[in-house]
Order: sequence, then C-alpha cells, then structure tokens
Amino acid sequence: MKGLLLLFALAPLASLRAQQAPAAAPATLPNQDSRIRILEEQVRTLSEQVSLLRAEMQSLRETGAPASSQPSHVLLAATHMEPGSLPVSAPVSVSAETVSPLEPQPPQVAQTQTYGGASSNAKLLNPDISLIGDFIGTAGHNNVAPGKSLEMHESEVGMQAIIDPYARADAFLSFGESGVNVEEAYVTFTSLPAGLLLKVGKMRAEFGKVNTIHNHALQYIDRPLATNNLVGGEDGIDDAGISLTRFLPAPKGWFAEGTAQVFRGDSDGLFHAARREDLSVVGHLRAYRDLSESTNLDLGVSYARGHNDSGALASDPSAFLTSLYGADATLRWKPLRRAIYNSFLFRTEFFWSARDQLSALNAFQTQHAFGMYTHAEYRLNRRWTVGGRFDRSGHADNAALTDTGFSGILTYWPSEFSQIRGQYRYGHLLDPATLRYDNANEFLFQFLFVMGAHGAHPF
Amino acid sequence: MLARKLHARFAAVFTAFMVLFFSCVAPADAAGKLQVMTATTDLAALAQEIGGDKVDVESVARGYQDPHFVEAKPSFLLKLRHADLLIVVGLELEIGWLPPLITQSTNPKIQVGAPGYFDASRFAKILEIPTGAVTRAEGDVHPQGNPHYWLDPENGLRIAKGIADKFSEMRPADASYFAQRYSEFEQKIKQADQQWQAQMKPYAGRKIVTYHRSWPNFAEHFGLNVVGYVEPRPGIPPSPQHTVELIGQMKRDNVKVIVVEPYFDLKTPNSIARETGGTVVVLMPSVGGEKEITDYFKLFDYDIAKLKQAFDTSK
Repeated sequence: MKGLLLLFALAPLASLRAQQAPAAAPATLPNQDSRIRILEEQVRTLSEQVSLLRAEMQSLRETGAPASSQPSHVLLAATHMEPGSLPVSAPVSVSAETVSPLEPQPPQVAQTQTYGGASSNAKLLNPDISLIGDFIGTAGHNNVAPGKSLEMHESEVGMQAIIDPYARADAFLSFGESGVNVEEAYVTFTSLPAGLLLKVGKMRAEFGKVNTIHNHALQYIDRPLATNNLVGGEDGIDDAGISLTRFLPAPKGWFAEGTAQVFRGDSDGLFHAARREDLSVVGHLRAYRDLSESTNLDLGVSYARGHNDSGALASDPSAFLTSLYGADATLRWKPLRRAIYNSFLFRTEFFWSARDQLSALNAFQTQHAFGMYTHAEYRLNRRWTVGGRFDRSGHADNAALTDTGFSGILTYWPSEFSQIRGQYRYGHLLDPATLRYDNANEFLFQFLFVMGAHGAHPF
Repeated sequence: MLARKLHARFAAVFTAFMVLFFSCVAPADAAGKLQVMTATTDLAALAQEIGGDKVDVESVARGYQDPHFVEAKPSFLLKLRHADLLIVVGLELEIGWLPPLITQSTNPKIQVGAPGYFDASRFAKILEIPTGAVTRAEGDVHPQGNPHYWLDPENGLRIAKGIADKFSEMRPADASYFAQRYSEFEQKIKQADQQWQAQMKPYAGRKIVTYHRSWPNFAEHFGLNVVGYVEPRPGIPPSPQHTVELIGQMKRDNVKVIVVEPYFDLKTPNSIARETGGTVVVLMPSVGGEKEITDYFKLFDYDIAKLKQAFDTSK
C-alpha cells in the first residue's frame, strides 16, 4: 500500500521533469542536397494539396449536392490545417447518412494523385504493427496433459509506439483457439527522475526468466513443468499492475537492477483476489556481468506473494496465501565475429512455492513444493540450433508428488522471420485423476512466422 | 490473524524496497566533458574527430561485429544511462537491439526525439531507397534505404558537420573549438579523398561481387560496379542454386573480386573464388574491424589497400 502511494506521488514529479526538457532545436542542414530534397518534398506536398483543393472546388461547383459516396480526402472541410501538414484519410466507416451535404465526392483525379503522399504520411504515425503466428502440432502418448494434434496455438498481434516525449507503449494481443487475451499492454515512462522506469498496465511479471518471455520467443515449444505446476501455467504471472525498475549500485563490472511490482492479484490458477485489497506483489533483483566480450553471466532472485483460491469455502478466504521464491542463472556465449553462426546458452531456474490450503481433514496447512528446470542450447550454424531441457517439479497443492521430464529440441530458421522447431518430450507425470504416475512420450513441432515490423531480438 | 501478520511483514519488506530505490542517487555526470555514445564505431570515430578532448565517446557495437545483430546486453545500459548524446545509424539498422536499450537506459536525454538523440542518416546521402511495394520476399530489406552509408567519405563529412552543429548546440561555449576541428577534419578528409581517388582510379568501373549489400556508397564513390551478392537476398544465407547462378554470372562478366565482411562465413565465398579463379578479400565495413584501423581515415586506407591488392593479384 505504501508503495502504491509512493508511486502516485511520483507522477507529478515526472511531468515536472518533462517540462524542463527543452524543445528540439531546429535541425540545421549540413548541405544543399538535403535542403533541396526537403524543399522538393514540400513543393510536391503543396502541389498535391492544390490539386486536391482545385478538384474539390470543381466538384462543389458542379454537384452542389452530396453524391452519397464516402469522402477519402477532404481539405476544405478541415477546420484547421497545420502548415505543411497533409490531409488524413477520413474513416472509411462513415455511412451515407452521416455525410454532411457540404462534403463533396472526391474526384478520381485527387485520388490518383494522393496515393503516395497523403496515405503513406498518415501511416507514419501508426504504431509498429506485427503479427506472430504460432502453430503447434503434437503426436505420441500423453494421458495426463494431452495437447491437440494440430493447433493454431496463438496469433500474437503486437503494437508498439512512442506515445509522447516521455513515454512509449507496447501492446500484445494474443488470439488463441478459445478467444482473445491481452497478453501485455502497458505504457512505459522513460523520463522519470532518479533513473526510475515505470510501467503501468497489464504485463508479464518480472519473476525469474521464463515468466517474462512470450511463447514465440521461448527456446522450446512448451513451457517447463515447473511453470505449469508452480508459477501459474502458460500465461504465468500476467496481471494488471504497476512496475517500478531502477539500477542499483553495484561493484565495478557488475550491473544490478531491482524491480518492484504490485498487481491486482489475479493470475490463472496461482493468485486469486477475493477482495479488492488482496493485491499481489513481485520483486526481482538482477545482477549481470560480462565475463569477457563474448561470455556473460546473468543472475536473479525473485519473490512473489499473493492470495490463492484454496480458501474459497473457508470463513476467511483471504487468509490463504501463496509465496513464491525463485532463483535464476544464465550463462551466454556468443563470439562477436561469429555471432550469427555460433552461440551457446545455459540456463537454470529454481522455484520454491509455499501455498496455504486446507488439508483433507480441513485443517490449515502450508505446502512447500520445489521445482526447477535446466536448459542448454547450442547454435550450430546460421540456420540450426540444438538444445535440451531437464524438468523436475512438485505440485503446488501436494509437494510430495513430483513430475519429471526431459526434452530434446532442434530449431531451423529459413530466415530471421520464420522458424521451424521440433521437440521430443518425455515426461514421468502424475495423473491428478488417478493419483498414479504415467509415462508420456511425445513429439511436438512448431511453425512460427513473423509479419510486419521488425521486433527487437530477445536477450 | 496470520494474514494480518504477514501483511504487516510484507508491507515492511516492500517499504524497505522502495526506500532502497530512492536512497541511491545516481552519481553526478562527469563534469565538463560531453558524454557521447554511438551505435557503431564509425560514428564514434567521427564524433571523436570533431569532439577532440572535449568529449568522451564510446560505441556500443564493435567494428568486427555485424551491426544488425548486436546483443542488448545490460552492461551497455550502464554507459547509456549517463550519456548526453546518442548517435545512431538509423534506417532501421539497429532496430533489433537499440530500442530496448534506449527504453531501459532510463535516460531522458537520449530518448527518441529528445535533443540527445541524433540520427546520422538524416545528414547523409542515402542509396537504394526502395520504390513501390516493399516485401520481405526480398529478404531483410530496409524500407528507408541502405544503412551502410558511412562508407563514403563525403557522407563522413556530412555526418561530421551534423555532429559539429549538435556539439555546438549542446556546448555553446566550445562552439568555436568544434567549428575549428570540423574545418580541420574537412581539410584532412578532402586531401585524403584525393589520394584514395587517385589510388582507385586505375580500377574505375571494375565489377565486384559482395557478400551483403554493405558497399553501395563505397562503390559509388570509388567508381566500382557491384554486380552480384553472395547472399541471395539481404539477410538470407547463401543457397546452392544462387551460388551456381552467381558463379555463372561472374564467369560471363569476368568478375574476379569477392568482397566479404569480417562477420560472414568464408566457406561459400572461397568456393566461388575457386570456381571462378577469383579472389576473396575481407574488407572492414567499420572502424576497429582490425586493430590497426583506429580512425575513420585508416578505415579507407585499409580497405583501399586490400582492394588494390585483390585487383592486382586477380588479373
């Protein structure tokens, strides 16, 4: 609660700081060439506008009445024109009834002449839009958690833009087979005082490594067993809230960062907020060091705490808490000269879960479960990567029962914008229905494709 | 009861966290010197020419690294957070790694559009700007034009002018210093360019093949003719079919020199050279690609010497 108050106290500070930033000075051009280019651009823009205006005048004179079609470019109707600004396309959804009688039908001439300038300049202010398709197929034997044979697992639409000089926003909408999910949508304030980075919205919590990674950016097709058993399943801790990150003082050569997050307290199967005050919190500390130019070490500890739903029938439902502790370590090797051909990554994460619940005898108890995974991958050449993962995890509600598994992964990249992956997965899994262990042997394959804006490579 | 106790404990922990956040104040910026970060070493070299001892300059990427694929390591954040000025190549060259670094740097001065964000492509002559529809069927195309524009000394001079104006704007007291260093640089590079042009003159109009489309500005300035690429499309690794076609084309056109950037595999270029009786030459697209290339002048010295050698051995 106190943290929240502090956060809000920060907001006015941010705007103060923002106002101090001087306006960008007019760009001085170094040479005639670019000045001429800009002048040419302006002349072209002006001539386009003149021809638009002329055409509109003419059609006004000729028709005087609306021709019931949807106007695409209307200059005269614009209330105010910024000098040098271009007409923006009117929304196409305007119906015939709502078109005012004064708005003329755009003549053919204007349309053919504005195809370049107007429309593409308006587009410049659109966010960077991308779509990542994620198709997964599964074959083999798994009685405990059978996947679908063929599945358009998700189509993730990403929209990213700089909002104003002080903030940027990122939104990722995931269209799955059963509906749409706002995977993340948050604004990031980049100009706060004291080196603070504030994110507000719905986001993947900064709990360990794998919880922060989107499905398509994982180094494997499925998520580790520990994620499914202890950290909220595929979506993990993904909730609406506020996040504050700051660099921390560190010894020379080290990079340290701390993150504190407050969420509503609703994360699939993990946290459940019965009351408004049942917030969940996540804290993360990260330490990073370059061991050499090509090798680096990334360490982290995480903490999360929230209310769970196991006390739904109890007298005080909010008395049941889940605390999660995490530790992660990543070693990366990527020689700079050969960066696009060879690299190596080794990552281990540990999770500890302490979950309050009612025992079979209706007594209050806390289950302490442990889970981990270890993953290593090596890039053989520009197109091929091999990897392996070992999984082990208890169940959050019954720590005595432990699932084990391992996977072999092979990935092929036709280009930077598509990816084909195969994964063999073995699991020694507990069937919750029968409380018996069952062996699963499966082959998964995945096709990923990226449309639109070039996203940043995950690190 | 238990919940209340836990709640109190949690509140204490969280408050401690917040106090920690606010108590550590960032160290004051190094007084005096302008802190400049650049995306690539070439821009760092140009900034150093103009800034002299009034600036501290450092590049994120190394000279022998593919500038498309730099990793967004957190260690770069330590440098970016104190920068007064960030100079980028632009044209989406750094789109895969720079945006998250800028955001996470929490440095308001270098955010996109802030006075400390300097896009060098705005000052340079840009080639290969696609007209008409752009699709990725053409590979990893740059919709705003070819970003390897610094490999033309004239562009170097244009960018240097832009940097000099920016430095003067940020440090008005040193404006005359920067102006003087710029005019010295102008003189030096014009002189050097005359020599380079003279060295390259015998090879004017020569046809070459390059691995990636890194050399259009270089080729245009020095009168070379790039007729083919080892990559079938930008960013797509060589394919057997394309390699066969390229070998045929090189034999028909009598192309003998294959230019490769230091971060690409030499296997395919070498086998093309064997088939065509040509020479593979590794040219450095950036300052720092080799130890001896310590500034912008030595970059051209090195590349031109290597290129001459390659032309002479493959008669």
